[in-house]
Amino acid sequence: MALVLTEEQTMLRDMAKQFFTEQVPVTNLRKLRDEESADGYDKAVWQQIVELGFAGILIPEEQGGTGFGPIGLGIVMQEAGRTLAATPLYSTAILGAGLILAAGSDGQKAELLPQIAGGELLTALALEETAHHNPKQVAMTAAQDGDQIILSGQKNFVIDGHIADKLIVVARTSGAAGDANGLSMFLVDAKAKGVTVTRTHMVDSRNAAMVSFDKVSIPAHDALGPLGAAMAELESVLDLGRACIAAEMLGGIEAVFDTTLAYLKERKQFGVIIGTFQALKHRAAEMFCEVELCQSVVLDALSALDERRNDVPRAVSLAKARLGDAARLISNEGVQMHGGIGMTDAVDMGLYLKRARVQSQLLGDTNFHRSRYAELGGY
Amino acid sequence: MTDLDTFRAETRAWLEENCPESMRTPMPERETPWGGRNADFPNPDTKIWLDRMASRGWTAPEWPAEYGGGGLSKDEARILQQEMSRINARTPLASFGLWMLGPALLEFASEEQKKKYLGEIVRGEIRWCQGYSEPGAGSDLAGLQTKAEDKGDHYLVNGQKVWTSYADQCDWIFCLVRTDSSVKHDGISFLLIDMNTPGVEARPIKLISGASPFCETFLTDVVVPKENLVGELNKGWTIAKRLLEHERTMISAMGMGGGGAASMGGMEAMAKENFGEDGDKIANPAIREAVTNHKMDHQAFALTLKRAADEAKAGQGMGAAASMFKYYGTELNKRRFELLLDVMGTQALGWEGEGFDARELSITRSWLRSKGNSIEGGTSEVQLNVIAKRVLGLPDA
Ligand SMILES: Cc1cc2nc3c(=O)[nH]c(=O)nc-3n(C[C@H](O)[C@H](O)[C@H](O)COP(=O)(O)OP(=O)(O)OC[C@H]3O[C@@H](n4cnc5c(N)ncnc54)[C@H](O)[C@@H]3O)c2cc1C
Ligand SMILES: Cc1cc2nc3c(=O)[nH]c(=O)nc-3n(C[C@H](O)[C@H](O)[C@H](O)COP(=O)(O)OP(=O)(O)OC[C@H]3O[C@@H](n4cnc5c(N)ncnc54)[C@H](O)[C@@H]3O)c2cc1C
Repeated sequence: MALVLTEEQTMLRDMAKQFFTEQVPVTNLRKLRDEESADGYDKAVWQQIVELGFAGILIPEEQGGTGFGPIGLGIVMQEAGRTLAATPLYSTAILGAGLILAAGSDGQKAELLPQIAGGELLTALALEETAHHNPKQVAMTAAQDGDQIILSGQKNFVIDGHIADKLIVVARTSGAAGDANGLSMFLVDAKAKGVTVTRTHMVDSRNAAMVSFDKVSIPAHDALGPLGAAMAELESVLDLGRACIAAEMLGGIEAVFDTTLAYLKERKQFGVIIGTFQALKHRAAEMFCEVELCQSVVLDALSALDERRNDVPRAVSLAKARLGDAARLISNEGVQMHGGIGMTDAVDMGLYLKRARVQSQLLGDTNFHRSRYAELGGY
Repeated sequence: MTDLDTFRAETRAWLEENCPESMRTPMPERETPWGGRNADFPNPDTKIWLDRMASRGWTAPEWPAEYGGGGLSKDEARILQQEMSRINARTPLASFGLWMLGPALLEFASEEQKKKYLGEIVRGEIRWCQGYSEPGAGSDLAGLQTKAEDKGDHYLVNGQKVWTSYADQCDWIFCLVRTDSSVKHDGISFLLIDMNTPGVEARPIKLISGASPFCETFLTDVVVPKENLVGELNKGWTIAKRLLEHERTMISAMGMGGGGAASMGGMEAMAKENFGEDGDKIANPAIREAVTNHKMDHQAFALTLKRAADEAKAGQGMGAAASMFKYYGTELNKRRFELLLDVMGTQALGWEGEGFDARELSITRSWLRSKGNSIEGGTSEVQLNVIAKRVLGLPDA
């Protein structure tokens, strides 16, 4: 497929751009942060997102969604990234809907997908256990006990953990940390006995939590997909998540780049605008090249997912690794090129910088994806 | 025994006796001994240690004894430093007065000024801040507009400074002011202003790291006695630049990383903790290479600092060393923190509260603060311009 948006996708982009710029500007995140919002997201904004059909963007129309697919999701995330919009899109519309679609039974799909599309259900993926993304390293256990499953262990960096109604928990029914086999997924009510959710406050002022499971007993039919064989479905949805985060990062670096470029044309020193200085000019031009490459890899990753191409993992790792590097470069330059004012909380550069590092860690940083890219390429 | 051996023995004995135990432990940020009228000492030993060191002039070891300094030779000062390091003694006083203003006063101030101000600095009685940058004059520092008008027996100062570190906690400010508007560099003077004077107001600005160490400083009809002018009228730029060299040398020391949570030694241990070990190696090859590269850069930088110190002692000067060290040291420091983020993963991304220990949280905040290192004291771009112009002789556009 050609690497351009269709007419329909272009319309979606324009709509998303207008929505996030007008309804969810960066001041929205500042407000949540400064008022120490207990939810960490704006419920009225989420309601609007639901009404626009973004919450069900991945979900087929029969199940209450809009069925725009991965490219549509990526487009929305890119626009959300531009204004640092703090919403449950990632946890619920992408990972939650994605995992239920990929691994859920017909019954689970029929019950849960309409709730997601309708904004009645928030989910969170409880996957990570260490400071670095590594699905194979999951150690948390799920023991079978008659027709019950007993979950024990500790998860961290659970995005939207403290607002989720349902947790999607990745745990081991067999094997040991490091094995790709033996992983299973479970739908767990966030209020179930033995589940303790502790919100953590991260540098990007967005939602994350630690969740501990103390002999949590759930019925075996709440497994999401077959026991012991979750890896394939999980990875395919993680790839969707990675591509969407890359799209969100792209929106972020575009915003930083645009703002910085405008500043280079406005700020005067030595009687001239600072954009006169070649030392800055060339770096701005370099960033422009970087943003262009980022746009290509993100669109290709989303297209690969859309078309179910067999090189999805490589295309996604290419995007996530590149965006990690580019976001680091551009967020640093954003601060540096603003000079002293870039170090202040009053301008947005710092907010983008902080968000960029968290995005970079989400579902694998540059090192993780570079190494995965090489492995998939057989070198 | 040579004189220096005797000096070492006596110094060791004195430090052993006089440095309180708690002053031999790593210093938490809030115990930084800034001194000044409003100084608070969460740890009372900090005050005892400061007073004891100041009584010998050892807060400013090489300043002449007549102004309150230690009057030590370079060799003696180095021995004092070594003996302090030996017992991990904290610095007794952290101050812009010591690092920046004092050396400039020694070179340019009148006898009365030296007598008055240097002693106060040595004893940590007055805390100074730096009033250079203005909203319209950052990299183009000489474009500053804060005006000091000659009113016969005093100057009347009007204008605004910005990014003034710690202004809201300081007692005095050393300011660059315009005393002649018809010329640029030759119309700048160097003025000392008591922050208690009516018309001086400092408003804190919040940084991306969450702290508010710097301020906007407003100067409105501030009356400043004429005797507070340092050096000649309209010759302030020379003093300003010399002072900036001292500032840069101080900032570039950050490249060495100091002690504390983010110190160099911990890097490989943390990498092994996070990525596992393969024999003695950090198991992740990419992280291993990044850590190694960083450590080698760090070592090369340390050697260059040492070479500059040795050459200075031998009476040779390394040209524009201050700009080079400022540039390299601060960029290195920023890279170190980015690498720490890679090594520590999500544990380096906490802001506050549960889930992160104190060391991790301090690394996050220091990572954010490090972004200012290549801006304060002249940006990296300005340092490179200075090197290109003054050392390499490359002409302006
Ligand atoms: C943490 C911190 C503490 C500070 N503390 C103090 C203090 O105590 N007292 C004080 O007086 N000041 C202080 N400063 C101010 C600091 O010295 C200035 O921020 C700095 O000199 C840059 O000026 P500016 O902010 O106006 O940026 P600008 O000069 O506007 O620079 C914006 C961008 O343009 C670039 N640029 C400008 N000119 C050129 C050129 N000719 N060629 C290439 N690039 C160029 C800069 O490098 C920068 O990237 C502090 C700053 C920080 C960040
Ligand atoms: C905190 C701080 C510390 C500093 N410390 C020192 C120091 O110790 N020693 C020192 O020599 N300087 C120092 N500087 C730099 C100093 O302010 C000047 O930038 C530098 O000395 C050049 O002198 P100038 O003011 O005459 O600037 P200018 O000569 O007018 O120009 C300064 C820079 O801007 C560029 N420039 C100016 N006009 C134009 C134009 N029209 N088109 C393209 N480029 C242009 C020049 O290439 C040059 O690199 C410091 C600056 C700051 C902010």
